[in-house]
Amino acid sequence: MSLMAEVGQKAFDLGVPLAVHLDVTYRCNERCIHCYLDHDDHGEMTTAEIKRTLDQLAEAGVFFLSLSGGEVFLRRDFFEIVEHARSQLFAVKIKTNAVMIGEAEAQRLRALNIDTIQISLYSHRPEVHDAITKLPHSFERTVRGIRFLRDQGLRVTIANVLMTSNIADHSGVQQLAAELGVHYTLDPTITPMMDGDTAVLDLRVGGKELEDIMHSPALVPNQEEFCAPPKPVTEDDLDGYSCSAAHSFCYISPYGDVFPCVQFPLPTGNIRRERFLDIWNHSPQMNEVRSIRARDLTVCSSCSHVSSCSRCPGLAYMEGNMRGPSTADCEKSFYRTGVVTANMLRQGLSKPRSKAPLVQIQPVAVPA
Amino acid sequence: MSETYITRSTAIAARILAGEVMVMNSADSTFFTLNEVASVIWQAADGHTPLDRIVRDQVCEQFEVDAAEAQTDAEKFVAELSAHGILLVSDHPFPQESAR
Repeated sequence: MSLMAEVGQKAFDLGVPLAVHLDVTYRCNERCIHCYLDHDDHGEMTTAEIKRTLDQLAEAGVFFLSLSGGEVFLRRDFFEIVEHARSQLFAVKIKTNAVMIGEAEAQRLRALNIDTIQISLYSHRPEVHDAITKLPHSFERTVRGIRFLRDQGLRVTIANVLMTSNIADHSGVQQLAAELGVHYTLDPTITPMMDGDTAVLDLRVGGKELEDIMHSPALVPNQEEFCAPPKPVTEDDLDGYSCSAAHSFCYISPYGDVFPCVQFPLPTGNIRRERFLDIWNHSPQMNEVRSIRARDLTVCSSCSHVSSCSRCPGLAYMEGNMRGPSTADCEKSFYRTGVVTANMLRQGLSKPRSKAPLVQIQPVAVPA
Repeated sequence: MSETYITRSTAIAARILAGEVMVMNSADSTFFTLNEVASVIWQAADGHTPLDRIVRDQVCEQFEVDAAEAQTDAEKFVAELSAHGILLVSDHPFPQESAR
């Protein structure tokens, strides 16, 4: 186990929120076809409120801080927020489309010793990328921003969300990342929109295409281990948990709502009304999420994949039961290994259905 | 013999987890966790308390250690973290709130 993994396990065991994802705005200068956010501003936290939040997160033991959106640079106070975060010695990761990053912004980020900057890029072909973002010339501006950041010696990762619109382009983006001298990561996860509209799920990659991705040595180097059939389930596996959500990780929205994860829209409290640590330690919802062991799962506890599945409790919650299966992850487990899941057997399926009936939950209403 | 003064670099990320300090330097991707004794030295690295006084007043007070051995270990620890830019070392006190 690496030192980083040891620290992560220690935080998990102690219930310390080691990592937090904070969206500072939902506003955006792009209108990506797969995005789940409502981009109108419904009352973002002020600069002072975000600074107070950061102080509370530092006090709670948060080390890894992801600042994301929306597009973070649409906040005029974004550098002030980052400066405050760094003064509190967080390891800061920024997620952006880099459209608004010029040389001066890159220099400021370098001076602030940002750990990583993750940038969304959908294709190596400008016309495909721009068609997804719906912002003309966004490819050109994003790649220029990446170059400025790279030239400052910052660690840059291109995040390539994969969907039906760019399914053919992942190898091109990977090659572009190599040419630019930056890291590459691929994510085939598409979530429904905040207003409950699930039409966006039609963009999900599934079936043979998902299988091809899982079995691509260029995308998954450790093929033998990754695609191996699941090992026999042990008692330790059944005592295990799904992920770090509510154990050592949580998500905070621009409105101060606290959730177990960015992909787990179960309201647990609002930082404008309560202290972060009170929500983290005492929220019944947070405690319910962290109490769920693999043996408590309604279907997955009897599934051969239970120890190796990437089951997302947030996606399961969006299907109606946080203890139930996450169909998107059942699909991944099946196409990764070729072994049918308990959820599929229950439904009499020999192949997964391509679209789960997900719903999205609205943020917590803040009383006046 | 001149004094050694140490101060924490503000270029790094750091947090205390269960009494031990974790430190990351984004410039060279180094990640450290400090044991309890090293964590005490880290927390006392205020830029104007000499290292030998930190060892005498903090380390030897809180842990059952031989003073000479503790001083040698502290110097090794300081040299290692200094090499990674995580601690800054000087033979003069650091100015208060200096840019680091």
